[in-house]
Amino acid sequence: MYVLVTYDIQTTTAAGRRRLRQAARACLDFGQRVQLSVFELKVDPARWAQCRARLLGIIDPAVDSVRFYHLGSNWESRVEHHGVQTGFDIEGPLII
Amino acid sequence: MKTHLNTLYITTQGTYLGKSGESVQVRAEGKVLAQLPLHNLEGVVCFGRVGCSPSLLGACAERGVSVSLLTQHGRFLAAVRGNTSGNVLLRRQQYRLADRPEVALDVARRIVLAKVANSRSVLLRAARDCVAGDAARLDTLRREGGRLAASAPGLREATTIDQVRGLEGEAATHYFGAFDALLSPSASAEAFRFTGRSRRPPLDRINALLSFLYTLVLHDARSACESVGLDPCVGFLHADRPGKPALALDLMEEFRAFVADRLAFSLINRRQVSADGFEVRENGAVLMNDATRKAVLAAYQQRKRETLAHPFLEEQTTVGMLVHLQALLLARWIRGDLDAYPPFLWKG
Repeated sequence: MYVLVTYDIQTTTAAGRRRLRQAARACLDFGQRVQLSVFELKVDPARWAQCRARLLGIIDPAVDSVRFYHLGSNWESRVEHHGVQTGFDIEGPLII
Repeated sequence: MKTHLNTLYITTQGTYLGKSGESVQVRAEGKVLAQLPLHNLEGVVCFGRVGCSPSLLGACAERGVSVSLLTQHGRFLAAVRGNTSGNVLLRRQQYRLADRPEVALDVARRIVLAKVANSRSVLLRAARDCVAGDAARLDTLRREGGRLAASAPGLREATTIDQVRGLEGEAATHYFGAFDALLSPSASAEAFRFTGRSRRPPLDRINALLSFLYTLVLHDARSACESVGLDPCVGFLHADRPGKPALALDLMEEFRAFVADRLAFSLINRRQVSADGFEVRENGAVLMNDATRKAVLAAYQQRKRETLAHPFLEEQTTVGMLVHLQALLLARWIRGDLDAYPPFLWKG
């Protein structure tokens, strides 16, 4: 399944910037970065549970927020992109 | 149930693959070209001068991601793998069965029958797609298709493995004899004429294309054997030789025509590869250039995503999963859960 993860993390304090880095690292372990704090994850339900728990453990619910959008398996028809391309299709041919 | 995961191909020379958290980071000249989570991959194939960090290789081995190192032109050099997966009892049973000539004969016969049947389906499918006006092509395809069908009784009655191999060779002669007719006339300029199979090095464009595609299928067949816990080096049809992945080669026979040959011809017929996408060396060797190699890789990955119904399991699956499913059926037969190995038969 495909999940879109976005977050807002307060960066006014050193601890906040640390949480920001940790959240980005957690997302990169499971998916790709498509915009600065927007990640697309192709995960199975078990891995999604892991990722979700890890992110929820990182953020500070008093000042930060994180949003999960479940795009399901038919995600291609639900995503439209314009402008510079930063991501890749994890299900398409991966040739570098 | 295993799902069909993606394979990462690195063809850019001078890239370096590192591990970053749980993902592969592809770097070149100090820039990050891509970062992909390991759990989305089932294999990494590196062409030529590509570096891999030891920690990435370790992580791949641990997670069952196969890493293959190939020369820039696609010749297999080495593969990195971790602990042999699966069960030692299964592997012991595999060795025992491979040592029994009558059992090896039975499997070899099944595999070759499927290979011949699939080659025939490819010819007949091409005959059906053939435009009515092209009588000579149609005739060749139908005639050689008929000859392939005629080799089935001989195969069923073969009593030694050498007989099976002989009949396989004979069938291959007929099949390759009709190979030229698979090309649609407009595209079959002299450049892609097929005169016979040549390897190490391939001496014409078709052979360069075929050899490359076979290497890709072999990489997949080898990982399939390993992922179900079978030893890829102990086969039934192919004889044991140090370093030769005999079982992976056995497994591949059913797919040569259906996956690799058909893809080679549709690439030419659809003009996705052209004659100037190849370079001819002084010794007569014909090699693909980088653009062609990338086009072929992209087409192969695309083909692997196509779905079809598996004739034996009667389930929808992708072309990329087929070789894993056949490895699984082979393991089930070795384990004794199936009475015989059911090879893959394409219903063209």
